[in-house]
Amino acid sequence: MSLMLILLVPLVGGVLCLTLARDDASRARRIAHAALALDLLVLLWIWLQSGPLWFYEMRAPWIPHFGASLSLVVDGLSLLMLLLTVSLGMVAVAASRYDAPERPGLYYFALLSMLAGIAGVFLAGDLLLFFVFYEVMLIPAYFLIALWGDPRMDRNTVATRFFMFTQAGSLLMLLSILGIYFVHGAATNDYTFAYGALLNTPMPLRVGLFLMLGFFIGFAVKLPVVPLHGWQPDTYATLPTGVGIVLSGLMAKAGAYGLLRFVVPLFPDAAHGFAPWAMSLAVVSILYGAFAAYSQRDLRRFIAYSGISHLGFVVLGAFSGNAWGYSGAVIQMLSHGLSAAGLFLLAALLESRASTRDLSVLGGLWRSAPRLGGFGLILVLATLGLPGMLSFVGEFLVLLGAFQVSPLHATLAAIGTVFATAYSLRIMQKIFFGPETVSGPVADLKGWPAVPALALSLALVGFGLFPQPLLNLADSYGSTLRATAAAPSAGSPVPMLATPTLRSRAPQGDAR
Amino acid sequence: MNATDLFVLSPMLLLGAASVVVMLAIAVKRNHAVCAGLTLVALALAMALLPFVASVGPRRVSTLFIVDGYALFYMGLVFAAGVCVALFSLAYFHRRPCYPEEFYILLLLCSAGAAAMVSSRHFVSFYLGLEVLSVSLYTMIGYLCVTRRGTEASLKYVILAAAAAAFLLFGTALIYAEIGSLDLARMAEASTRQSSNGVMLVGFALMLVAFGFKLSIVPFHLWTPDVYEGAPAPVTAYVATVSKGAIFAMLLRYFSTVNEEGYGSLYMFVSITAIASMLAGNLLALRQNNVKRILAYSSIAHLGYVLVAYLAGGEAAVEAVTCYLVAYFITTLGSFGVVTVLSLRRDDRDADLIEDYRGLFYTRPFLASVFTLMLLSLAGIPLTVGFIGKFFVLAAGVQGALWWQIAALIIGSVISLFYYLRIVIVMAAPVPAVEPARHEPLEWAGGAVLAALTFALVFLGAYPSPLLGLIHALFPVAQ
Repeated sequence: MSLMLILLVPLVGGVLCLTLARDDASRARRIAHAALALDLLVLLWIWLQSGPLWFYEMRAPWIPHFGASLSLVVDGLSLLMLLLTVSLGMVAVAASRYDAPERPGLYYFALLSMLAGIAGVFLAGDLLLFFVFYEVMLIPAYFLIALWGDPRMDRNTVATRFFMFTQAGSLLMLLSILGIYFVHGAATNDYTFAYGALLNTPMPLRVGLFLMLGFFIGFAVKLPVVPLHGWQPDTYATLPTGVGIVLSGLMAKAGAYGLLRFVVPLFPDAAHGFAPWAMSLAVVSILYGAFAAYSQRDLRRFIAYSGISHLGFVVLGAFSGNAWGYSGAVIQMLSHGLSAAGLFLLAALLESRASTRDLSVLGGLWRSAPRLGGFGLILVLATLGLPGMLSFVGEFLVLLGAFQVSPLHATLAAIGTVFATAYSLRIMQKIFFGPETVSGPVADLKGWPAVPALALSLALVGFGLFPQPLLNLADSYGSTLRATAAAPSAGSPVPMLATPTLRSRAPQGDAR
Repeated sequence: MNATDLFVLSPMLLLGAASVVVMLAIAVKRNHAVCAGLTLVALALAMALLPFVASVGPRRVSTLFIVDGYALFYMGLVFAAGVCVALFSLAYFHRRPCYPEEFYILLLLCSAGAAAMVSSRHFVSFYLGLEVLSVSLYTMIGYLCVTRRGTEASLKYVILAAAAAAFLLFGTALIYAEIGSLDLARMAEASTRQSSNGVMLVGFALMLVAFGFKLSIVPFHLWTPDVYEGAPAPVTAYVATVSKGAIFAMLLRYFSTVNEEGYGSLYMFVSITAIASMLAGNLLALRQNNVKRILAYSSIAHLGYVLVAYLAGGEAAVEAVTCYLVAYFITTLGSFGVVTVLSLRRDDRDADLIEDYRGLFYTRPFLASVFTLMLLSLAGIPLTVGFIGKFFVLAAGVQGALWWQIAALIIGSVISLFYYLRIVIVMAAPVPAVEPARHEPLEWAGGAVLAALTFALVFLGAYPSPLLGLIHALFPVAQ
């Protein structure tokens, strides 16, 4: 029941925003903050309660006619993603002040229901339920872009394109979900959508490949992986800051989470066969994203392209098929979530102070706003993957894992990190150094607005220096994956989602 | 025929009697509210009878009718749609330049005709039901004969429907000449071996044309946008739902065992028709600026989706089609209900131009929210009943390995988002000028139906088990 609370608390908060604070922005924001803080407490309570066994489940009948149940599950990976969801949710609510949305009650209702949908994605232990959450989080996102997006952009077209892209991917995924449902049902006469039951479904490689592709495309649109990224830059340039933080920090992670949770474990053979292609797409994303990021003038578009580059590492790690790759992918997801959220926040701070986020206009802000510059510097260093930053741990582990499978892909991806240095230092240089182009002194970070920036910086640096707790949490999931990956198509039943933690894995030693 | 036979036919008989009662009531004194009230009472009574009739068990009444759970389920669907349309009409015709009372006689006859269709086991009873339905619809479509478009729509429907009826009769005659029976089960059984017999093939092809017209699938869809646009909004809701649902009920009962081997070219033809409907319907809807026409083209596409489930064949098809039709009924009645309620405040025409919807979120937030939910349901977004329908169609398609049809369905669904979202965007756009609100005394009737439909849409979308339980109880479908 407490897992249900994770979803209900933000929803109730959203309804309260709608009813108690229709037109009162600061009250709506306070309610939203309170709801998310309460949600964080619930999460921590679950964490403390669960003890050493990383597995927590609730199950209730939903549509028994075709074996779909209301099953919510938490393991290490889910818990990490949920913690990220709630914390970035709070950052997003804090950052929404820069958007000054009209009809704030409705805005925060939509924002909180989107967060509830995302939390549902990370919780669902039933494929149909997962699909419902995966789709439902789009509806508030659509309205947030269409109604509160940047009016200077063609926000309706952007929102519609975003919805159509993701919907196309989702429908293919629904088809694959049905496919594995019938394949499993035909083989075992147990027609169910339960994730645990569908693991190790025996199927011919060809069938598995087609079904896996449906899932892969559905998730690749969200990440996005390169040929499917057409919706992203315009969307990022248009949406309000708070929504940008959620979309880049969390919704893209829902796609990455899907790769780790569904694509690889459900179709181990097919994923193995598809790995060279997926890794090639990943490398193309890494390099293309880096090149495109270098030439952006709009800071928001820069976030979009650098995100494509960073999330390429997640795909690379997920398909590398070994423990380093998986752990690296998880760390990279967290690190990109934090740094993308930070960059969106930075863009909003710059726009509220210098009334532009155009890199070719900005310049020389360091003199009047050194603390803002410090925040920018940390984000830039995190983006380029400096050792000591969380992103370094992630990229390093991914490269380590990928190198064992394909040295070529790993080498090309490593070249991508060199480009990352170039494009991230460029924005530092453009914004904070060079001649002062903005007239008048720019207000520095102080007081409450500094809190989310400080928190994000601390998380990026702190976990970069001490990634062990994150690795331990992620590992409780990775061990399941390794069990499936090690013995693909073996009949041995794999426990539902996760096994008790296995400590002292190889990747942790290497990460230091 | 004995008392039990009469009892199982009582819902139909009740509606027939009610139409006479309404007629007499008009003869005594014209009163809109009384006529509508009598109609509603009759439909509600007929619905209340259904569970009692169901407890009698499946029963064949003479050679003409079969009353089983399946027929009763569809009767319930038809009567519920009738109740919704009666309430919409009560609000809609209140101020229109016409005598609204006779409309309810036609509505009752339509419902009785549709009930006869869904429970028929002989071609004669089916055809009689179909014609009672169609003839009443001719009049209902042109009920506001003062408008030019209404007259045009009515004439178009009369001529094309008459042609379709002729096709149906001629096709049936050819089949009768071959097998010597008009029993639908015998005809269905004969249909599996038509490919070897030219006369039968032509017979079934002609029947297919007639059904294609009634279901408004490509290439027999040309009347749809004009009739939808010209008819009064509540009537459009009825044309879009009941007349199509009743035909599918019969087809599913007798011809659900279609498969590629037995049917050959006809199966191929239906497949191509389904794909064409999904693609053409959605593509043609993109360029429309009239909400009724958008919904007309979208309904063409939706019938294509239903055909995908139908082609899967067998029990899965019955389940999937029934489920989709329930979703389609709820959503279509709701969409046209919004058009109806919005039309109440203007006398000249229905509020069907997309411009009429500008800023609706600010001026009429309830209507705008309902319409948004209806459109999301049409698009098949989860937590709406439309998703459950689409899920079943996809499941049936995957089971039947209908990959081409599924591909068309996915492409069509993605295209359809564009025009559904376009309406939502217009509703959220800023208002040009707020017109003074006009008080409409009977708006509550439409609003109440919309609230009920919205509740059904969300409830069944999130928790479809009651509906699925009901559908499961229908099996096996008797012939």
